[in-house]
Amino acid sequence: MTKVDLSLQIGSLKLRNPIMLASGTVGYGNEIAEFIDLNKIGGIVTKSISLKPRKGNPPQRIVETPAGMLNAIGLANVGVEQFLKEKIPFLSKYDVPIICNIAASSVDEYVECTRILTSEETIKAFEINVSCPNVKEGGLQFGNSCAMVSEITAKVKAVTDKPIIIKLSPNVSNISEFAKAVKDEGGDAVSAINTLVGAAFDIFTRRPKLKNVTGGLSGPAIKPVALAKVLEIKQKVDIPIIGIGGIMNWKDVVEFMIAGASAVQIGTLNFIDPYASQRIVGELEKYCLQIGIDKISELTGSYIL
Amino acid sequence: MLLLDAVVDESIEIENQIFLLKVYSPEITSNIKPGQFLNVRVSRSLYPLLRRPFSVCDVDGEYFYLMFNIFGEGTKILSRKGKGETIDVIGPLGNGFNLDGDYKTAIIVAGGLGAAPFPFFTRMINSRKEILSFIGGRTLKDIITYGMKNTSVATDDGSLGFKGTVIDLLKENIEKFKNQKVKIFSCGPNAMLRALKTFALDNNFDCEVSTECAMACGFGICQGCPIESTDHPEKYLLVCKDGPVFNVKDVVI
Repeated sequence: MTKVDLSLQIGSLKLRNPIMLASGTVGYGNEIAEFIDLNKIGGIVTKSISLKPRKGNPPQRIVETPAGMLNAIGLANVGVEQFLKEKIPFLSKYDVPIICNIAASSVDEYVECTRILTSEETIKAFEINVSCPNVKEGGLQFGNSCAMVSEITAKVKAVTDKPIIIKLSPNVSNISEFAKAVKDEGGDAVSAINTLVGAAFDIFTRRPKLKNVTGGLSGPAIKPVALAKVLEIKQKVDIPIIGIGGIMNWKDVVEFMIAGASAVQIGTLNFIDPYASQRIVGELEKYCLQIGIDKISELTGSYIL
Repeated sequence: MLLLDAVVDESIEIENQIFLLKVYSPEITSNIKPGQFLNVRVSRSLYPLLRRPFSVCDVDGEYFYLMFNIFGEGTKILSRKGKGETIDVIGPLGNGFNLDGDYKTAIIVAGGLGAAPFPFFTRMINSRKEILSFIGGRTLKDIITYGMKNTSVATDDGSLGFKGTVIDLLKENIEKFKNQKVKIFSCGPNAMLRALKTFALDNNFDCEVSTECAMACGFGICQGCPIESTDHPEKYLLVCKDGPVFNVKDVVI
């Protein structure tokens, strides 16, 4: 059987295949490692790390919606110090690129986190979360402002040589302007998209189902939105795109790549089928053989309009 | 922690709208303890999308049983599963009840569908300890005594047994057990667990409760099911991984 080249490169970040595990859907890797061989995956994006530990939001944090789910976890995480001490040793045992996702309440906090973490050699790149819809400070307050995204990109780039990926919010009217801001400030790639702001109510108590009132909508319900955002960026800005949003199978991955993604992240699906990401890697190879391409990167942006 | 397809043997409606699903899976039955749960994907479709957590109701040889009522689309699909169909299961998950210990009588306190884990519990502890089961519900339709022994029943409206809450019933009966070494095991709505916590702490009874929370994955990656810790208020425990069974002293309910 002919081998298909599934590998790709984003800045200096080399991935053996385009399948990454999305931030906030695999914790720090240890639980999902009971289901899949992490060495078969393209990359792992950690749960968002902030400078200090964050407790996260009170329950209820999760609501199922048609073909999707709302979450309002609130960036619960162990903080930089404990992450380095307790979580990195597990991840460093694997031969898989670790992309550290960073969340913060201020520009200084993004910079400080990146500065501290950049010397950790297990971390191969950073994904900057400027688009969490579930926290009062930071998150969308940054992701909704092109000027803030520019500033954060520039200042974070200044303290690390490792690739910087900015995770963009879909809750804006022109996502490509944000991607352009990232590119102009030297950012290496964008992840698109983070969750869409959503809500759900109990019809008898008339209260919101989420304690946080609103949450982030993910799952297959948002896939068409994500594809349109990826396409918009691809058409207007020359920057690598990591496609995210409701991927449930290998066909969805191919769609994202055709729309412009160089790689993709699997998110909500990890909760439902924790083995899916590994299965998808194999299925993508079969697809490439079937349509007769020997490098999967040929798919990226191969749409015909 | 296993991820597998288990084969349904039959779906039995034991009471009005209360179902037992009998499922064949030696891999699960040889590994599971009372109070642990399974996260079940009822279909491969996009709706319902998420798995549903169920505590294991009973184990008989290589079969396990799930108990549920028809709550939404997922449980409706589950109730219609026929012989030979499969369900996609992750489990066993979480920490079960700690049956060991220096006590003579296990006191079960169950509210409504909180009865679900206790047939298996009763089966496993029956030969070793005395059992007293206190079962509560709003009305007689909510009372489930399946697979339990020495049952006393309370209903809010008095339509069956004692009129009042199951905790009131427990207080009425305290003379039966207060001078023995007992351990309380409970599962039910939060309001009941809160009242039980006060009762247990006031009387210095050792007490384990099985808690519930909306969750997605069931094994720690979604972080969707926090519960407040008594000793470490700076961080949450997770119902799925740290529980669902906790010593009542360790959690804020």
